[in-house]
Amino acid sequence: MADLGLYLRLFASQTRAQAQYRTSLWLDVVGSVLMGVLDLSAVVVLFRAGGVVAGFATAEALLIAAIATIGFAVADLLVGNMDTVRNLVRTGRMDAVLLRPLGAFGQLVAMDFQPRRAGRLVVAVTLLPIAASWAGVDWTGTRVAAVLLAVVGGSLLFGAIFTGTGTVAFWWIDSGEFGNSFTYGGRDFSTFPVGIYGSVFRRIFAYGFGLGFAGYYPALLVLGRADPLGAPDWFGWLTPAVGLLACLVAALLWRTGIRRYRSTGS
Amino acid sequence: MSSVIEACELRKDFTVRVRRGRFRRETRNVAAVDGIDLRVEAGEMLGYIGPNGAGKSTTLKMFTGVLYPSGGRVRVCGFEPVPQRVPMARRIGVVFGQRSQLWWDLPLRDSFDLLRHIYRVPAVEHAARLARCRRLLDLDGFLDRPVRQLSLGQRMRGELTAALLHGPRVLFLDEPTIGLDVVSKQAVREFLADLGAAGDTTLVLTTHDLADIERLCRRLVVVDAGRIVHDGTLDDLHARYGSQRRVVVHLDEAPTAPVTAPGAALEAAASGGRRLTYALTGPPGPLLAALAGTGLLRDVSIVEPEIEDVVARLYTSVR
Repeated sequence: MADLGLYLRLFASQTRAQAQYRTSLWLDVVGSVLMGVLDLSAVVVLFRAGGVVAGFATAEALLIAAIATIGFAVADLLVGNMDTVRNLVRTGRMDAVLLRPLGAFGQLVAMDFQPRRAGRLVVAVTLLPIAASWAGVDWTGTRVAAVLLAVVGGSLLFGAIFTGTGTVAFWWIDSGEFGNSFTYGGRDFSTFPVGIYGSVFRRIFAYGFGLGFAGYYPALLVLGRADPLGAPDWFGWLTPAVGLLACLVAALLWRTGIRRYRSTGS
Repeated sequence: MSSVIEACELRKDFTVRVRRGRFRRETRNVAAVDGIDLRVEAGEMLGYIGPNGAGKSTTLKMFTGVLYPSGGRVRVCGFEPVPQRVPMARRIGVVFGQRSQLWWDLPLRDSFDLLRHIYRVPAVEHAARLARCRRLLDLDGFLDRPVRQLSLGQRMRGELTAALLHGPRVLFLDEPTIGLDVVSKQAVREFLADLGAAGDTTLVLTTHDLADIERLCRRLVVVDAGRIVHDGTLDDLHARYGSQRRVVVHLDEAPTAPVTAPGAALEAAASGGRRLTYALTGPPGPLLAALAGTGLLRDVSIVEPEIEDVVARLYTSVR
């Protein structure tokens, strides 16, 4: 991979460029941490009010939220800037990307890298062991592996959602908040036990979009308990496969979308 | 070696939605580029001109792999631009004035360094090309300044350098002198003229600046409404649109008999017949001899045709 060094160089340059606006960088990092805390406290609020919801106690629900949020936060950090595709398409700045002898996707990832998005990841990674010990998780090798695979698969899944919804801009130039409703809506969906959702809604999002695999099923493995809805235990190991499948779909959308790019007058 | 650019029946259609009534919308196909045939050989300096909306930029974007053609065939340096975008991108250089290739927040020098890695240029070649650009484009004063703080003229010189550091075989320029002041324009123009004269780099530029055309374009392709309406030298263009050189003479007094000569026609007489304007269709020799024969000749000047007139006539006549 001769390209890897190049991409690292691009990452570094992007970070250097951001460091030019030091105050803004720090404000954003603080903001990102606060947002992470707020998102996760929504889980606490709901479960404090309800005590046990859909068969889960607060600590267990927090574990689900922590696993799903880590996956989301990794994807957000790496490819979260895919929602800027719509700006690039609308303003025609995509031209400059397509003129360089590098893959367009890799360039967008590297050139718009926002280290400031790391705050949410820090919050979720801190929360995970706390929630686990509160829920009385007995860490075994299998359970650690389940968490790691869930994080990898979840990152792939959310990365695919970011990319897939970003490409909507190629068809529908002013796609506005359409993409965000999937990415951020998907994140919020995945931080709760799927049992709290109505059955149609659950089928579409937990299985159709695979969001149940980002936090819920792997968390069941870690907690060592069966699904109150009756799904088999091995569902918790499917996350990487779900993530890869989603990436395949996203890659297809991306390739088709790039060909449809229309640029703007200049 | 085949041509650097080959286009055959190249088309690009855009669908536009037109509002009809409050809710109804009609989709229509608009051909931005409507069947272009073009062949550009290595070392040519080609001016691609036409009124706004003629399809110049769209064509350039198809040549550079940004847009996928709706029909026809195009090869640039032997590559099919969109499917073989990456290998082709290493062999072409592009300056789109409105689309910066530089890193906005980084010093100019850092952008050049990153581009070296992106294009995988050997350090020695890169340094030699950069040194040349620094000298010819006078970059030293602002090499360490972030791009966002550069003036337009400085940034444009940076863009030119960025497009040339990998030693491209073709350089595409979309309005390279737009918005520049006289001095910067001249600097850019001289630089491009030298580059073209060296003969290793093919230049294709779109412009509205007629001085660019006169200085830089040995061959002119005029497009309108997505079609090529003229392809030839500037002289061809003058010949085709009947633009003529003129001879303006000042005489001591009005001649008693009209002075005539083959290949010259009297257009206007002013100051009581002492200032005469002739339109030339042939060489000026016979006319000048006839005028000198009157013994009244005080001053004479030959006026070259204005390219503005030709192009304006061209743009209006193709409508």
